[in-house]
Amino acid sequence: MSTETTVRNTPLTSAHRRLGAKLIDFGGWLMPVNYPAGILEEHKATRNAVGVFDVCHMGEIHFRGPRAAQAVQRLVTNNVAALSDGRAMYAVACHESGGIVDDLIVYRVAADHFLIVVNASNIEKDHQHFVANVGSLCQISNESDSTALIAFQGPKAQTALAPLTDANLASLPSFHFLPGQKVAGVSAWIARTGYTGEDGFEIFCSPADAPALWDTLIDAASAVGGKPVGLGARDTLRLEARLSLYGNDLSDTTSPLEAGLGWVVKFDAGDFIGKAALLRQRDAGLARQLVGFEMRDRGIARHGYAISDVATSTRLGEVTSGTVGPTVGKNIGMGYVPRSHSQPGTRIVIDCRGKPAQAEIIKGPFYRRPGK
Amino acid sequence: MVNPRKPKSSKDRFIAAPASKTRFFKEPAKNMSDAYPNDLLFSEDHEWSRAENNVVTVGISQFAVDQLGDVTQVDLPREGEVLKQNEPFGSVESVKAVSDLLAPISGKVVKVNTTLQDSPEYVNEDPYDGGWMIQIEPSNPDELKKLMDAAAYETFLKEHED
Repeated sequence: MSTETTVRNTPLTSAHRRLGAKLIDFGGWLMPVNYPAGILEEHKATRNAVGVFDVCHMGEIHFRGPRAAQAVQRLVTNNVAALSDGRAMYAVACHESGGIVDDLIVYRVAADHFLIVVNASNIEKDHQHFVANVGSLCQISNESDSTALIAFQGPKAQTALAPLTDANLASLPSFHFLPGQKVAGVSAWIARTGYTGEDGFEIFCSPADAPALWDTLIDAASAVGGKPVGLGARDTLRLEARLSLYGNDLSDTTSPLEAGLGWVVKFDAGDFIGKAALLRQRDAGLARQLVGFEMRDRGIARHGYAISDVATSTRLGEVTSGTVGPTVGKNIGMGYVPRSHSQPGTRIVIDCRGKPAQAEIIKGPFYRRPGK
Repeated sequence: MVNPRKPKSSKDRFIAAPASKTRFFKEPAKNMSDAYPNDLLFSEDHEWSRAENNVVTVGISQFAVDQLGDVTQVDLPREGEVLKQNEPFGSVESVKAVSDLLAPISGKVVKVNTTLQDSPEYVNEDPYDGGWMIQIEPSNPDELKKLMDAAAYETFLKEHED
């Protein structure tokens, strides 16, 4: 199974083994799918208390130099000028075709220093794309191997993390970050970002410090009813919050407009790669759209299942992500359908391994955290 | 005395249990492995079979349960359907995956554990009792000889660890 020699450990792999995790090869990394508590318990712990996630596999690419902002703006669809020091934003990088190279978070460290955090499976591709397109504008360095990242997510994240740091977490808004902090005595950056639909933090540190920090964070989480959480629950959590996953919902051949990410495409921001194609697509009208759906019949939609028209059985597209939604108590998913079938309330049929099951298109996230 | 395998709460569990519900009150054999009981036969596809009075009760093994994680849906055939050994008779879905159930023996389905439709978690909590799936009246009981006993199954699992 996972005897490939290319599979890589994160700095926390032995910690996962000690915790009894089930480990799998995920995009070349040996990662925990779940711990002994299981996906449903881990999901609940994150919604109700705190989940601690190893996300060391994510990529960190730094842009440094007086023209760093210009370089980043050329690469991403969102408005980089809207960032000030210590602020972050979600964006996508596109090909000239408008297809998505990756979805990512841009952090402005200083006017001449930006950090882009990218998906683990895309680190090499992104780095090459960045260097090929803006390598002449600034220094671009892939520091993924020398950066560890732990996510600490859930309604009790701030309460549990506060005793471990002098950083003023209470005054750190969403999509802001604090470089140069200490967490449990370890040098770290603290960002109020995440991928679960909950409040929470992502903590950057050196790989050498990561195992000790992980253990401390697990203890802090356990004290408030939290748990370590694997990729299995990370997927159910992000899908309930309707956050897209690159490789499933987003790809080199889907555009951000089709994917419902028009809100991170700022045509006035600058001359970013893919802008012309996206403008053409916007003006011509979208042929298809990524929609969210809830199953109305018994069945769990999975990546790759066919979507068809209720009346004519014409094939409309396919499911890009699907799962059980433990908090919403429904089976949920996302997929691409033609514009004609994308209105909320529209019924579609999902072919669940030969069994047709109806689903209904739903607007917005399946789950919103209380008070949001 | 209280049997440690007795389900915690729901009375339904007893209704759900197969013909051999007396097992709940039986002393477990001293050398019986909890994970792979000695009175069961196992297939390479991780279904267990318990043959009693010309009826074979079928479920999935602890190993299969551990691999799947939280089971969220079980699709089973109807009573009266005729199954062939090693061919799919249904599917079991967990949060993370879906997998086919393969008939460990040929024959007619005489009883289906319909409780699993609303309570698929019984498969996780109690794979050898409350989590039973179907009962088959075998058309060729000799096919049972192709299955492994608990010791052979455990060896099989060790050999296929990776």
